[in-house]
Amino acid sequence: MDSIVNPTNIPAVHTTSISDVVKDRSDVVSRENRSTVGETIVEDPRISCLDVNVYYGEKPAIRQVGLEIARNQVIAMIGPSGCGKSSFLRCLNRMNDTIPACQVTGKILMDGQDINGKGIDTVLLRAEVGMVFQKPNPFPKSIWENVAFGPRIHGLAQTKKELDEIVEKSLIQAGLWDEVKDRLNQPGTGLSGGQQQRLCIARAIAVNPEVILMDEPCSALDPIATAKIEELIDKLRLDYTICVVTHSMQQAARISQRTAFFHLGDLIEVGETKQIFTKPLHHLTEDYITGRFG
Amino acid sequence: MQAQFLMGVLTLMSVAAYYFGRRRAVFMVGGKIRDLHSLPSYYGFYAAMWCGIPALLVFMLWMGFESSIISYLVVDALPQDQRTLSPDRLNLVLNDIKNLVNGNIVSREIDTALRAAADRYIRLQNIIRAALSVAVLVLAAGAGSWTLTRIKARQRARNAVERLITIILIVCSSIAILTTLGIVFSVLFESVRFFQAVPVADFLFGMSWSPQTAIRADQVGSSGAFGAVPLFVGTLLISLIAMLVAVPIGLRSAIYLSEYASPRFRTVVKPLIEILAGIPTVVYGFFSSLTVAPFIRDTGGLLGLDVASESALAAGLVMGIMIIPFISSLSDDVINAVPQSLRDGAYALGATRSETVRRVIIPAALPGIVGGILLAVSRAIGETMIVVMAAGLAANLTVNPLKAVTTVTVQIVTLLTGDQEFDSPKTLAAFALGLLLFGVTLILNVIALHVVRKYREQYE
Repeated sequence: MDSIVNPTNIPAVHTTSISDVVKDRSDVVSRENRSTVGETIVEDPRISCLDVNVYYGEKPAIRQVGLEIARNQVIAMIGPSGCGKSSFLRCLNRMNDTIPACQVTGKILMDGQDINGKGIDTVLLRAEVGMVFQKPNPFPKSIWENVAFGPRIHGLAQTKKELDEIVEKSLIQAGLWDEVKDRLNQPGTGLSGGQQQRLCIARAIAVNPEVILMDEPCSALDPIATAKIEELIDKLRLDYTICVVTHSMQQAARISQRTAFFHLGDLIEVGETKQIFTKPLHHLTEDYITGRFG
Repeated sequence: MQAQFLMGVLTLMSVAAYYFGRRRAVFMVGGKIRDLHSLPSYYGFYAAMWCGIPALLVFMLWMGFESSIISYLVVDALPQDQRTLSPDRLNLVLNDIKNLVNGNIVSREIDTALRAAADRYIRLQNIIRAALSVAVLVLAAGAGSWTLTRIKARQRARNAVERLITIILIVCSSIAILTTLGIVFSVLFESVRFFQAVPVADFLFGMSWSPQTAIRADQVGSSGAFGAVPLFVGTLLISLIAMLVAVPIGLRSAIYLSEYASPRFRTVVKPLIEILAGIPTVVYGFFSSLTVAPFIRDTGGLLGLDVASESALAAGLVMGIMIIPFISSLSDDVINAVPQSLRDGAYALGATRSETVRRVIIPAALPGIVGGILLAVSRAIGETMIVVMAAGLAANLTVNPLKAVTTVTVQIVTLLTGDQEFDSPKTLAAFALGLLLFGVTLILNVIALHVVRKYREQYE
């Protein structure tokens, strides 16, 4: 599978032992320090988050997260289970609204506008910020209907022909067109897991969003399907801003340019992926990427 | 009394067998339960089942044949002139003997022959009962102790008990099937008798229903027309009105409860709606005939419409209310069964709540909803009480909901209540109607089940 792209900025994470690299560095931040280290600020951010907290009832899921997300980049969110990375991701298109008892505070600015502000319509926000879920969730409709769903509810096409074009374009972009072009009328649920996930990506990009959020998009897929999705993510980076939550550190290393490490509800460290995986600034980050916990 | 006593003894013996079986199994391995193939209680059940079940089977078989064996022996001892009677008359004599034995009223003078036969009957019964007790107890004790001696450490007691459980479950499920078959056949045979008197085509396609048949040749006004069409039109009309009420209201309340309502509201309101299903239909019936029907008549009168005081509309409306909880409860279940991931998918694409309901959830749940609606239709078609009280008995062939109509079930009730001759076409017509109705609801249920099965394949 040499088609896995993006080898240029990936350090050979597992050939040199990271702990050796880090061991003799005295400037590593100690485990007790819970404030964010690294570069949270970027030039010309698409999304800037300031002091974001998420509560489920009384229980805080993430605390005081400040992070900026750059345009046309892939940012990976890593961290052990329950660290709040998915909760954070779901803030970005206000999917947490659908969970009763979930409360979000803080500022999230998208191109300078607060998405939790009064005048914001979640319908339009979610048209701009698409989302792909952990488990492929195509609607039990035909492949065509699945992709056409978003454009239809947002009125992006006047005629059936325009809609056909959007469907075709999205499926081509998601790398699924050649596999399904002869059976667009068949149910999307009949595809294989990897195809379903690419269908969900096609469905998300059919609305022409600016940001795509992916919540562990490959964790239900086999390695070959995973490789295809990773390749796709790297291609999509040229047109979209992409946030990926992942459990796999190798995946984060392969597909992302920046990486954010969450631990128990705190954003511990943010930085260039290369730097996070070779010279982490925080002791917890080092522990995690060297496999000492999580 | 003796039979109950015997059953009690048998139960005690089984309990004892359980106790000894369990103890013996533990004893066999010297208390080290891990050396046993199965848990000790399985050995207990194993012994108890061998002790109790064969004896119970013998007991039941014996009780089944007891009466005919004794009758045979009693008849054998009757005087010559009675023994050679025709079977019907002989049966009457036997009934007299049994009534005398049980202390019931006897249809003729008690003479010595009858008295002697009754004494013989009692004597035989006592002998047979005693023999039965001995046989059953000996069998239980023998089988039980034989099983106890055979208990070994590596014996697969658990597998034997599992097999027994399987058999019990099979027997239980076949009882339901056999009962259904029995009902179908009894209705079928009576219907065949009906169709010997009335041609099938007249019944299925006849336009007029007037089941009063002439008892005497010179009787007037009792033509005996058995056309089922007006009844089925009435049934369908009332069911249609009921569904027009129940489906929109029930479905919308289900959508509200599952998609919009807060969990707290839902936990309060859902049981309240289901209470509607707990109201006896006879209460709906008088509500319908005393409140709704006059209201409709008066309102119709104000609007210048000619409304009968018993109308299909009144019955249909109330029946619709009655069916709402069926639809809402079943639809609520299938809507809740739609995976959250599909809702998330739709919301993440920017769909609003109603768009998500309309374009994703309802289509995904549609087969289940349709299945629920078809079950409700079966219920509406079979409903009797409301229609008896609110829609009347007049078999008018009309689709006007303001007129009185009648339904299949109502006619079955009126045909079979009161004193009836059981060989006149009038009475037998009830069975034919029942058969036809059974056929219709069966077809609906098959469709419903088919749809529901298809629904299972939809996602996952």
